[in-house]
Amino acid sequence: MTMNAPPLAVRCNGITKAYGTGDTKVHALRGVDLTVQAGELLMLVGPSGCGKTTLISIIAGILDQDDGQCLLFGEDIIRFPPKKRVRYRGLNIGFVFQSFNLIPTLTAAENVAIPLLVNGTTMSTAIKKAGQLLTEVGLAGREHSLPSQLSGGQQQRVAIARALVHSPRLVVCDEPTSALDHATGLKVMETLKQLAVGQNRCLIIVTHDARIFPFADRIANMDDGRITHVSSSNPGVEATADDPQK
Amino acid sequence: MLSIALKMLLGDRGKYIGIITGIALASILMIQQPGILISIFARTYSFITDVALPDIWVMDPMVRFIDDSQPMLDTQLYRVRGVKGVEWAVPLYKGNTRVRMSNGQLVTSNMLGLDDATLIGGPAVILEGRLADLRLPDSVIIDEAGARGRLAKPPATPDGRPIPLKVGDMLEINDKRAVVVGIARATATFGSQPIIYTTYTRAKTYAFSERKMLSYILVKIKPDETVPAVAERISRDTGMAARTAREFKRMTLNYVRKNTSILTNFGFVVVIGFIVGAAVTGQIFYNFTLDNLRYFAVFKAMGASDRMLQGMIFVQALLVGFIGFGFGAGITSLFAAITRGGTGLTMTLNWQLLLGSAIAVAVIVLLAALISVRKVMQLEPAVVFK
Repeated sequence: MTMNAPPLAVRCNGITKAYGTGDTKVHALRGVDLTVQAGELLMLVGPSGCGKTTLISIIAGILDQDDGQCLLFGEDIIRFPPKKRVRYRGLNIGFVFQSFNLIPTLTAAENVAIPLLVNGTTMSTAIKKAGQLLTEVGLAGREHSLPSQLSGGQQQRVAIARALVHSPRLVVCDEPTSALDHATGLKVMETLKQLAVGQNRCLIIVTHDARIFPFADRIANMDDGRITHVSSSNPGVEATADDPQK
Repeated sequence: MLSIALKMLLGDRGKYIGIITGIALASILMIQQPGILISIFARTYSFITDVALPDIWVMDPMVRFIDDSQPMLDTQLYRVRGVKGVEWAVPLYKGNTRVRMSNGQLVTSNMLGLDDATLIGGPAVILEGRLADLRLPDSVIIDEAGARGRLAKPPATPDGRPIPLKVGDMLEINDKRAVVVGIARATATFGSQPIIYTTYTRAKTYAFSERKMLSYILVKIKPDETVPAVAERISRDTGMAARTAREFKRMTLNYVRKNTSILTNFGFVVVIGFIVGAAVTGQIFYNFTLDNLRYFAVFKAMGASDRMLQGMIFVQALLVGFIGFGFGAGITSLFAAITRGGTGLTMTLNWQLLLGSAIAVAVIVLLAALISVRKVMQLEPAVVFK
């Protein structure tokens, strides 16, 4: 590792996860090694059922692995007491979902404000900050709109603002463009890349959408619970599976 | 996050109104039915309530409730007057008589014979005429409900309305003439029969002749005496039962409670109200939580603690409980206000009843919330990606 190398945001070693027991046991992850650097946008790609969603759930601390170790900014959050773990997640991780998961009865600003409210910020402060984020994602003036009054692309931008409003160090996205048309998907990715990837934060995106691969710094291909290879989004550049800096 | 919880609740209008309606209906059942029951029970001892002056009611030991008067000899009155500590004692006749209407119909009525000299035991509110006019020959005072209802004169035409009795009208009681000299307001009786007030002496002439005619002796104690001591002395010296109004009311109420199925019937409705309210409210509230389960998972993933989520659900439950109970109590209060003072179906609304039903509603919404909380606590945040 060089002296100027950016710090590691995620380091997973030998992660395994199985669902069910006995004959119905399904191995979702079979020993995954992966590293993600701060400032990096990593895409996890692969066929359905290959373990992508399980892996980002474990990385984001909302699912426990059966074996192996996953360090998030150097901390093994699975070993945290439950309350500390929940608190850590609230402060450090942002989520963007395929189906947006905006609460239909809340305005755009209220939806964006949720992570701040979860972390104890007052409503007025949270709404103010949410307004700033909505402006950054190009939705100035739509603070009081309900999700049903917004287009799919606008809803996903609200979701992006919600994922970023509390300045998390890791943002995980699950198929953020699959519900959007091509042009809207590209705009959403531009917004995500511009806002979510920074010096001290990283972005992991699970996707099937090959059209957005060029936005990735690296692409980790998965199959049958394993990372088969990691490549640069630039077709000519290959990277190693477990550590891009090797 | 609590305000977010409330916005989630209020934003889902259909379920919100459904839950409120369920709780309001349960509240109505749980307030109104006991209210009517209390009102009916109060009617069983309404006459004791209306006669507020005496400290002690003296009666035959075999009396079980107010309408079960076992006649005594008039001489008992003098024996009671002779007991130490008695300030005054007056006779009271209480019995049933039959009034013949102008069309020949006989109407069974309650007749009260008051002490000729003092008229103690008479109605507190005289709407027409004067209580003192009972000293006029053949005079009677009729209660308002009776004058307008069962004792009202038959209509002049077949499809006409009955004509309420008024001062100066004549009645025929047990083949004897009676003149209405007043209309009074009295608490409705258990049997809703008309009440006829007259003097003790005249009541004995109206009533079917018996050797013993004295129903009760109303006693006032001297200022320096205590009720228990005088009552004990009366019982010891006369062999009669001497009871306070409170004891006599309780005795009457217990008799009615034990010998009728009123309590069971009303209690059944109240229990059904609670169960239906709990089931409807619980079901709709649980469905509301299930509909929002995905969002609760999002909150969990985003770092909301179990305590925060529990708080959100309980705030939602308490709000619908408060508003639903408010509607229910409001509607029931309106019903109580409209029927108050009437002679038909009435209900008594007191703070104990409101408190009891509020607690029952709180139990309902907390049960509903607990079921929902359990579901949310079991929720894995990882479902947000499914």
